[in-house]
Amino acid sequence: MRIPLSYVLKRIGFLIAVLFTAATINFIIPKLAPRDPVQELINQKIASGGLTSEGAAEFRDSLRTLYGLDKPLWQQYVTYIWNTMRFDLGYSITNYPVRVDFIIGQTVFWTLGFVGTSTILAFIIGTVVGAMVGWSKTSKWFSWLMPPLASFSAVPAFIIALVLIYFLAFKLKAFPLRGGYSPTIEKDWASTDFLLDVAHHALLPGLSMLLVSVGGWSLGMRAMMVTVEGQDFITFAEAKGLKGSRIFFRYALRNTLLPQVTALAMQLGLIVSGATLVETMFAYPGIGNRLGAAIAALDYPVIYGIVFFMVVGIAVATLLVDLLYPFLDPRISYSGG
Amino acid sequence: MQRGQGLRGFLNYIRRNPAFGGGLALLLVLLLFSTVAGFFVPKEGAYPLAVMPKQAPSAEYPFGTDSVGRDLLPALIYGTRMTLSIGMIAGCIGLGIGTVLGFMTGYFGGLFDTIIKFFVDVLMTIPSFLLLITIAASLPHPEDMGVIQMSLVLSIVAWVQPTRAIRAQVLSMRERAFVMMAKLSGMSGMEIIIKELMPNLMPYLAISLAGAVNGGVLGSLGLQTLGIGNLREPSLGMTIYWLRYYNAFLQGYWWWIIEPVIVIAAIFIAFLLLSIGLDEFANPRTRRTV
Amino acid sequence: MSEPVLQIKNLKVYYYVEAGAVKAVDDVSFDLDFGVKMGLVGESGSGKSTMALALMRMIKPPGKIEEGQMILDGTDLVGLSEERMRQTRLRKLAMIPQGAMNALNPVMRIDKQLVDGMLDHGIVLSKEEREERVAQLLEMVDLAPKVGKMYPHELSGGMQQRVTVAQSISMEPDVIIADEPTSALDVVIQRQVMETINRLQQKLGLSIILIGHDMGLMAQSVDRLAVMYAGRMMEIGEIRAMFRNPLHPYTQLLIESLPVLDNKGVFSGIPGITPSLVNPPAGCVFHTRCPKAWDLCREKTPEFVEVQSGRWVACHLHTA
Repeated sequence: MRIPLSYVLKRIGFLIAVLFTAATINFIIPKLAPRDPVQELINQKIASGGLTSEGAAEFRDSLRTLYGLDKPLWQQYVTYIWNTMRFDLGYSITNYPVRVDFIIGQTVFWTLGFVGTSTILAFIIGTVVGAMVGWSKTSKWFSWLMPPLASFSAVPAFIIALVLIYFLAFKLKAFPLRGGYSPTIEKDWASTDFLLDVAHHALLPGLSMLLVSVGGWSLGMRAMMVTVEGQDFITFAEAKGLKGSRIFFRYALRNTLLPQVTALAMQLGLIVSGATLVETMFAYPGIGNRLGAAIAALDYPVIYGIVFFMVVGIAVATLLVDLLYPFLDPRISYSGG
Repeated sequence: MQRGQGLRGFLNYIRRNPAFGGGLALLLVLLLFSTVAGFFVPKEGAYPLAVMPKQAPSAEYPFGTDSVGRDLLPALIYGTRMTLSIGMIAGCIGLGIGTVLGFMTGYFGGLFDTIIKFFVDVLMTIPSFLLLITIAASLPHPEDMGVIQMSLVLSIVAWVQPTRAIRAQVLSMRERAFVMMAKLSGMSGMEIIIKELMPNLMPYLAISLAGAVNGGVLGSLGLQTLGIGNLREPSLGMTIYWLRYYNAFLQGYWWWIIEPVIVIAAIFIAFLLLSIGLDEFANPRTRRTV
Repeated sequence: MSEPVLQIKNLKVYYYVEAGAVKAVDDVSFDLDFGVKMGLVGESGSGKSTMALALMRMIKPPGKIEEGQMILDGTDLVGLSEERMRQTRLRKLAMIPQGAMNALNPVMRIDKQLVDGMLDHGIVLSKEEREERVAQLLEMVDLAPKVGKMYPHELSGGMQQRVTVAQSISMEPDVIIADEPTSALDVVIQRQVMETINRLQQKLGLSIILIGHDMGLMAQSVDRLAVMYAGRMMEIGEIRAMFRNPLHPYTQLLIESLPVLDNKGVFSGIPGITPSLVNPPAGCVFHTRCPKAWDLCREKTPEFVEVQSGRWVACHLHTA
């Protein structure tokens, strides 16, 4: 398949534009806010008793030089963009001198674990359920699934999480209330015990996300199935005497895959936002929870750093899905855009 | 579409479009709960140290109390009121901006359209919640935010979806015959927008409004749960924040958890039903197969 | 004389809607002999498309085959189980759809689409056999073998239509129903596709029902012609005889409305509109627009009778 460079470049160009805009917003907003990160840090240090007011002035000046705050604004911007491109997102205020990228690295994989699994599972289950409900040849009993699924999809994931925590973790004591793994178990990724414990802890957070997403996917899939089924090529497939299963899978389902995947790409941002709140509910050691903690402490570099990282991640993932399209639908060639 | 006369026609329509009716009814219940019930329940109870803390629901405290002495009945009544108000104000502002931009860019096009479209595309790629966090956390006194302030912050992202939706509709309507006729009869662009396009797009405007309000409620809920926003004035997000802070789970204060969940779930289900109902209104399904 | 390959007897197809029962096909009978090309012509709303669906037994609710028989090769299609009917489709009774662009699966390659019908009818083919068969079919409709590897959107309208023709002959059925196969095409391509269909019909000895609204096209393509109006059959006969001496006033009007190259006159249409199919007019369903109607026509529905050998008509002028 020919892959014209122009298409890929165009998409990457847009990605860069988005990242640039996000980074710029990230730069401008703190500048607009009447906060001085250096002063904040100083205050923190004074409050924690590590600094006296005499040493403070000197420390402040050296910090300002370190952060480049004594330079003109445009130079700060350029340095900022340059740093951001190299993923140098600065230092945390509350946990100085821990670097923001280090914090991200520590937490992001926890998030990817349960979010990735639950998203993929929800996509598959939701698509299949939605397709079966929407296909007129399947039993009508399936449509009873829709109201509960739809209700779940309307309510935000962290609310579902609250319900799950209450009933399954607190009352039934079947699952842990919080955390990524038990404090009593040794953190050894090679041990099956540890892995099982991690899975046990990841189940409720994952389930919260799954219940909410499944509803959304099946609603969308059902609508698409109904549309596809009304199309002429389905009628003609029936006129050819094709078996029902072939028509369902090869004719109907195949044609709804592209819109479903498109929908997946568009949902990525919402999934990440939802995961953030779910993690805070469970005190799960993921990047979302870390963001929540940073907000509580008003640790600005961490807040901006994590947000920017999330934006980058989502934008890149969206781009990858975009590049996948022509493989899903032969009508779309890269030159069409 | 035939519109029946007044109330009878309306009730008939509800029969054919149960989702719309259900959503409207649920929303009405919530509105009554948050406004009328407030006449009987004073607001003071919704603040900390107002009443005895940690009480399970009883005759005296039908909704129970929380760890710091809030009576949860007024807390939820006034909390629902605040959250809904924020959502509605943010939604209306968002829809207002979205309508203006949507019609302008859709109908007139040109450089203005290109610029706005670029911003819309970028803002759709950046998750609005993350943007809200960035903005709200940077404000000087996030803990003091009033209803208006919160709504303004939310409206910064609330305009994007309505703009996109309305623009798309306007683009498709622009080429239709009745618009051509209006142009030929000498109507100006603005006149066409107001007199021809808008009335035809009312259902879509309603859908966008429902979506924007829903988004506003969700946004304020999320922000407050994270602790950004007024943590003293009663709101639904605030309730969630405090129950997390005070570990309501470990203490077993089930009423503190379940009650806001029910109210919040009711709000979102109401919006879901409304949007299904409005969608049916805008795109009535052709006769279903029996 | 051998049995006709397809016999339709008193077929009624009604659609049940809020306003009542739409009598899309109301008491229609005709025979199709082996190797004959029969045209089915009528304006929109005449019931001809419903006939096509009914023959394939693909009428969906709220429509229903109310009454009647459709006997193909001795078997009544109306009473068949769903599975038996599925097996009959394509193998004995195939369809060439209108608007091939929408009839082909957009995400499937042509060769796969040509072959999957056969596979689902129990024919086992190895990979080479499949390729061979695809090449064979494509050649029969004058398409290059490489078309097999392409997707529908890469083909022109005429090529797409030819693919659907190839599909319909893939199992050499007894009857092919061509539902306005060329309406979506321009005249040049139209001719090409019709030529392909004609050639195949002669070569494979198929019986064809060609549904359409273009009398001129019918005149060039079919052996017999059936004229429908408002769900009822008006006249059937051999094509040349029909044109030379149309018996039914509606047929006469249809022929007269054909533009003729050397006769530069005024276009004549048929005044009036098709009647409601829920409440058809009493008596003869055409009487409201018929220039020759009289009292009897308003009161009594004419019977569909064979007035000459092979010529049937439902009109009081000829049957009273």
